[in-house]
Amino acid sequence: MNAPVNERNAHHGASPSALEVARWRQDFPILSQIVHGKPLVYLDNAATTQKPSSVIECEARYYRELNANVHRGVHSLSQRATEAFEAARDTVRRFINAARREEIVFVRGTTEAINLVAASFGQRLRPGDEILITEMEHHSDIVPWQLLCERSGAVLRVAPIDDAGELRLEEFARLLGPATRLVALTHLSNALGTLNPVRQLVELAHAAGAVVLVDGAQAAAHLPVDVQVLGCDFYAFSGHKLYGPTGIGVLYGKAALLESMPPYQGGGDMIRQVTFAKTTYNDLPYKFEAGTPNIAGVIGLGAAIDYVNTIGLPAIAAHEQALLAYATEQAAQVPGLRLIGTARDKASILSFMLEGVHPHDVGTVLDLEGVAVRAGHHCAMPVMAHFGVPATARASFALYNTFEEVDVLMRAIRKAREVFG
Amino acid sequence: MTDLRDLYQELIVDHYRRPHNFGPLEDANRHAEGFNPLCGDHLTLSLRVVDGVIEDASFEGSGCAISTASASLMTDALKGKTQAEAEALFAVFHALVTGGDDARPLAPIGKLEVLAGVREFPTRVKCATLAWHTLLAALHGESQPVSTE
Repeated sequence: MNAPVNERNAHHGASPSALEVARWRQDFPILSQIVHGKPLVYLDNAATTQKPSSVIECEARYYRELNANVHRGVHSLSQRATEAFEAARDTVRRFINAARREEIVFVRGTTEAINLVAASFGQRLRPGDEILITEMEHHSDIVPWQLLCERSGAVLRVAPIDDAGELRLEEFARLLGPATRLVALTHLSNALGTLNPVRQLVELAHAAGAVVLVDGAQAAAHLPVDVQVLGCDFYAFSGHKLYGPTGIGVLYGKAALLESMPPYQGGGDMIRQVTFAKTTYNDLPYKFEAGTPNIAGVIGLGAAIDYVNTIGLPAIAAHEQALLAYATEQAAQVPGLRLIGTARDKASILSFMLEGVHPHDVGTVLDLEGVAVRAGHHCAMPVMAHFGVPATARASFALYNTFEEVDVLMRAIRKAREVFG
Repeated sequence: MTDLRDLYQELIVDHYRRPHNFGPLEDANRHAEGFNPLCGDHLTLSLRVVDGVIEDASFEGSGCAISTASASLMTDALKGKTQAEAEALFAVFHALVTGGDDARPLAPIGKLEVLAGVREFPTRVKCATLAWHTLLAALHGESQPVSTE
């Protein structure tokens, strides 16, 4: 390993041993599968991660033993379901170090969290106001703002990236101004692996008077997140990229800001009192949780966070950094392989082009070797446009991946080169 | 179990590397665009149709091996066919790449049979059929780009 990797490891904690990783793998029943006659090598974790037995069992146990609606019943089951549901909220609060539990709003996922902010906070935007995003955003952090701009007359600005895939800080700072009302940026780019210096960017944005939303869809499973240290106003992430269920996610928002925002959807828990003349809204966070929530999903997300905490994000991050460094080093030995995204600060993601082989064909050849990667534009078409490629092949790592799996990936990539050679 | 070479036969790789009928077509009177938003593949198909017969065909754009080889082989096959024959070929080809294990072409379709391996890969059927859906659009004079989604 080279020096920067050791530095990172020192920063994140010690790399776990192969034995430890082998033990972690046993927590994920799906990983023992055979695909096309080969052991499954699952490297599509940026799309969604696999789930440990504890999460699967937790969801099943909820339906077996606990199923009842929350916040409504006077009966015991409802009481227990409510307690489990709210305990998961506390788990999430501690996980991202939010100051108050009221700041944790359960939504369907990152995309809904961003749409919630665009719909609710967005109501205060006026013609001429500006929203600043970055060129490395994925579609979920572009399109809600475009829709908001259409509704409000606000203008979308885009801070460019350089050819390594890093945000151009001076351009970002230059685009901030008195008209900037909101800045939305990713913590960790899904197409490039770039880690943004969020704390610094938040400071710049706040100095300009803007509110900041951080898209943590990719980051939450790969590095410790402390929303108070980052200083962001909103932080959005999904359960399913964090070893949890699909259909559940979190919007963190600073309490004062959430208080000042109108409800997003009407009905269910968001209501305090309804007459035909006037409705008063519930307190935070319920004001933003309309309808019967994804109770099993919330409880499953709590179990996923418990699981991650048992291993510890510093250990996970150290392991993934070591894998990424090894994969990057190995990729450099493959003729015709070009990495897309070579930022100094990266995590988890190896996005690449193979000369003479379309990424879609790379994906199929790898699949025949049992290796699951994503081939496509990763819902980040502007990033693809920046690099002048229609798509990339992307391997993305999780805690259960091994160095041997990186070797299998590299052998499969070489095979793709042979077929199209 | 499907082998790599069942899908990526030499002929497919050859047509990917050196596609036939690639480039603009002089005197074309039918055009259509096809787009696969999943992977970003896109192509423009040009035909010269005289008295109901496809005299010449070409395509431009970028795509994976499967979509490029399919467009290359298709444009080869189209030359000299009537519109009705071209549409019949579409149906046969479509059955070939979407059928089950025992699906056999309804009629002989020559070199196009090398794409039969695609049926083992449901995620790649759209790649193989992109050019063909674009063909129908060109024959029917549709101006909207064809999307495989």
